[in-house]
Amino acid sequence: MNFETIIGLEVHVELKTASKIFSPSTNEFGSAPNTNVNPIDLGYPGTLPVLNEEAVNFAMKAAMALNCEVATDTKFDRKNYFYPDNPKAYQISQFDQPIGEHGWIEIEVNGKKKKIGITRLHLEEDAGKLTHGEDGYSYVDYNRQGTPLIEIVSEPDMRSPEEAYAYLEKLKNIIQYTGVSDVKMQEGSLRCDANISLRPIGQEEFGTKAELKNLNSFSFVQKGLEFEEKRQEKVLLSGGEILQETRRYDEKTKETILMRIKEGSDDYRYFPEPDLVPLYIDEAWKERIRSEIPELPDARRARYVNELELSEYDANVLTASKQMSDFFEEAVGHGADVKQVSNWLMGEVSAYMNKHYKEIEELAITPDALAKMVKLIENGTISSKIAKKVFAELVENGGDPEKIVEEQGLVQISDPEQLKQIVNEILDQNEQSIIDFKDGKKKAKGFLVGQIMKATKGQANPPLVNQILAAELEKR
Amino acid sequence: MSLFDYTIKELEAKLHNLEITVEELVKESYEQIKEVDGDVHAFLTLDEEKALEKARELDKREDKSGILFGIPAGIKDNIVTKGLRTTCASQFLDNFTDPLYNATVVDKLEAENPVAVGKLNMDEFAMGSSNENSGYEPTRNPWNTDHVPGGSSGGSAAAVAAGEVLFSLGSDTGGSIRQPAAFCGVVGMKPTYGRVSRFGLVAFASSLDQIGPLTRTVEDNARVMEVIAGHDKMDSTSADVDVPAYTEALTGDVKGLKIAVPKEYLAEGVSEEVKNSVMEALKVYESLGATWEEVSLPHSKYALATYYLLSSSEASANLARFDGVRYGVRSEKAENMLDMFVKSRSEGFGDEVKRRIMLGTFALSSGYYDAYYKKAQKVRTLIKNNFDKILEEYDVIVGPTTPTPAFKVGEKTSDPLTMYVNDILTIPVNLAGVPGISIPCGFSEEGLPIGLQIIGNYFDESTVYRAAHAFEQATEHHKKRPQLGGAK
Amino acid sequence: MAEISKEQVKHVANLARLEFDDEAVEQMANELSAIIEYAEQLNELDTENVKPTTHVLDLKNVMRKDEPKKWITQEEALKNAPDQKDGQIRVPSILE
Repeated sequence: MNFETIIGLEVHVELKTASKIFSPSTNEFGSAPNTNVNPIDLGYPGTLPVLNEEAVNFAMKAAMALNCEVATDTKFDRKNYFYPDNPKAYQISQFDQPIGEHGWIEIEVNGKKKKIGITRLHLEEDAGKLTHGEDGYSYVDYNRQGTPLIEIVSEPDMRSPEEAYAYLEKLKNIIQYTGVSDVKMQEGSLRCDANISLRPIGQEEFGTKAELKNLNSFSFVQKGLEFEEKRQEKVLLSGGEILQETRRYDEKTKETILMRIKEGSDDYRYFPEPDLVPLYIDEAWKERIRSEIPELPDARRARYVNELELSEYDANVLTASKQMSDFFEEAVGHGADVKQVSNWLMGEVSAYMNKHYKEIEELAITPDALAKMVKLIENGTISSKIAKKVFAELVENGGDPEKIVEEQGLVQISDPEQLKQIVNEILDQNEQSIIDFKDGKKKAKGFLVGQIMKATKGQANPPLVNQILAAELEKR
Repeated sequence: MSLFDYTIKELEAKLHNLEITVEELVKESYEQIKEVDGDVHAFLTLDEEKALEKARELDKREDKSGILFGIPAGIKDNIVTKGLRTTCASQFLDNFTDPLYNATVVDKLEAENPVAVGKLNMDEFAMGSSNENSGYEPTRNPWNTDHVPGGSSGGSAAAVAAGEVLFSLGSDTGGSIRQPAAFCGVVGMKPTYGRVSRFGLVAFASSLDQIGPLTRTVEDNARVMEVIAGHDKMDSTSADVDVPAYTEALTGDVKGLKIAVPKEYLAEGVSEEVKNSVMEALKVYESLGATWEEVSLPHSKYALATYYLLSSSEASANLARFDGVRYGVRSEKAENMLDMFVKSRSEGFGDEVKRRIMLGTFALSSGYYDAYYKKAQKVRTLIKNNFDKILEEYDVIVGPTTPTPAFKVGEKTSDPLTMYVNDILTIPVNLAGVPGISIPCGFSEEGLPIGLQIIGNYFDESTVYRAAHAFEQATEHHKKRPQLGGAK
Repeated sequence: MAEISKEQVKHVANLARLEFDDEAVEQMANELSAIIEYAEQLNELDTENVKPTTHVLDLKNVMRKDEPKKWITQEEALKNAPDQKDGQIRVPSILE
């Protein structure tokens, strides 16, 4: 029997407002435990929530970027459950009137494009952080409590772990462009749970699904789903039954492990939050937020291909992160050649980032400096080879490329008379190479070019060197 | 001198004219507490050292102006006070010595410099009508300590009635200010929902709770309201509506006032004594030039069931935070996480609190939400509409506050439903969200006070005060004092 | 409906993180049944076209500006905690 895989994803994204969603505590990652908290975050008796307007704006922005309809009437509800990281024992969330519904994003897998539906996007508060100590106790830090969170629930539209991976990449990409979140999985500002089930091909009804948790990277999501796909297939083929269970992905064994079997659905006893009044989002408010949404990756990619005449591949790579793409735009904005900037970003810049595990905004080089450097190459002031030296300086220490070139005497030698003299000096020193060249050994010419570049510390203008060398060799 | 002898306004004048000092006044308050609180049990926590320090500091001030300056006050123990133990009369919060912040009403009071002498007893988490649900020694009625003072603000009403403080703050979710005010013969105002900030009021039922003042006279009450009312950015449900000078409404003039008297409020279950007192009161109003007509609030009979479903549901969530993690008493038997929750809560909460949490949890649980919680929310709309309609035509609604005077301790503890019926006349007011006051309007044969309830339109506390004040000034009920510990 | 069984009481108690001994379960079942039976009277009313009331006042869009404000210290945050260590609140683990 052949099976079809059905995958739906639930993604949580933390919004990077300055303060928390229902209290004025600082919203910040990485502070000392329990320092970004106040009595409201701690669920102290008598405290009340007051909604942060910016959290609503951010949620609306994300919803619009994901093609959701934004609700006109929306409200908050209490979701009741006990856990030490949930200080009120209810989470303020949205139940039947989410801020966004009926969205979609387009993904591409193996050259095939596909729309994945987004059921809903709702706004809620994040919980604190519970860690389990070696000493048999658990520890609670409430800094994260009250961080604004959006939960994005997809339709069960994905049919393979690859599609799930592509969906996450795309979702992250779009949210990052809106600027409402850092979407860093390693810092927990993006988190993902996955639902997966199998059904015989041709069957309409969904099979029983398993929920995967503890997925700490996109690739673990894919690997976890791949394992689960095989596990469920095996169970079904052997005549077994899939139970509705929660499983976690173990990074070491690369397996999914049973956490608990769900009996019925959890009873969260949702009811409207009496401490918060409803929201009415009129057209003017929606329009204001819509106008603040920057160009999104798909539009940008299309523009790069259609207007800047970059290849699909280059456009994809450059827009994969907003920071890279913004850097590119700014450099090009300073008048540098599009292809050159693109090549530098995809080549040397990316290589440096990968090697040093750095983000582009952490590099010393600015878009302006890259643009200037590219222009120096274009107008022949420096060679591409020298440019690598200039780049090495810029990426580490920053500065102005023109000054670096000047101070370090890196200006290209493009004076034909000066070069002719140098070429002849080298030819005089390498009689054997001339003979070899005349014998048809083309390599000899390369060797001579190398010697000339060495003598000029790489500053000789390569096309000119080639041209003059050819002419002088003729003369001998 | 006794605190009994003066109103807040008179004492303010005496302090201002240096006839008395704040220290004398505050000491007088503590002396009275020492004298009578062993019988009354109105206080859970006293703050004598700090209160006297504050009194002396106030005495040194040049400027002794300010409404409530130097006046001894008590705060119901579900209103949080920074650096002062706040227990909600629950064993769960027995060790909650510093809630870290002040309720907005406490900050507002402090700005006017009354002196808080301590925290007042109540039914645990404000759930009850007799104070018998206090996690500590229950408060007794100063008029007769065999009787209950009412609840849940029993301590707040008894402390004022017993002359321990000039005013107190209470909270009212289904009658918790008005019912004890009626039982103890004092004035108790439940303001319009949203009129007084709930920030710092330990929530029982968020959509019903309101803080309000309890005092001996209507004028005193209006003075305190002027201080505590108003919009608060920390409470999203607080209304941004101007606060009028309530004391200026106390003209004594009720000529042409249109009074509605709901027939449901004088129906079966309301004792003859109470009915008679209310009818007498209506005669007084007639003599003052007001008119009254019988009207109907047809959905009143459904208010009790509606209230218990809604308030218990909200309470089940509001009281879930008492889990033994961040504050309060964690069970010593907590060996694992589940134990910590279950044992801390089961040991810390009293029976009535558990019963309401159970009812509320049930009403919200899967499969029952629509039938109970949502149904009750819909009936609430009908009840609110009843009030809206009457208040379009009439200035105030008048009736008894409670069906009977204060009952005896232990008389109604066996059956929760009989106890709940006590609030049948006050609950609809909370469901509608309108303001209501209870003022003394007579005494039973046994000598126990009877309360008159005056209900007004949204944010129209002024008219309620005007009507209450006119009646008070035309009668002598508010001048009668309880004889504590027999003849004194 | 109206009759709440002992099993239901146990289920609801679990949701509410409360425990009762057998006798109390039975009493709770009786008391809750009586209250719920009383509440059944609401079914006399046709509320088909009635909107539920969550808030008696018609307030909307009450929000604050996104401005962070320091309020309490870490020491205060932990002040009332029954158990704490290294700036965190300590609780027993899920399993013993």
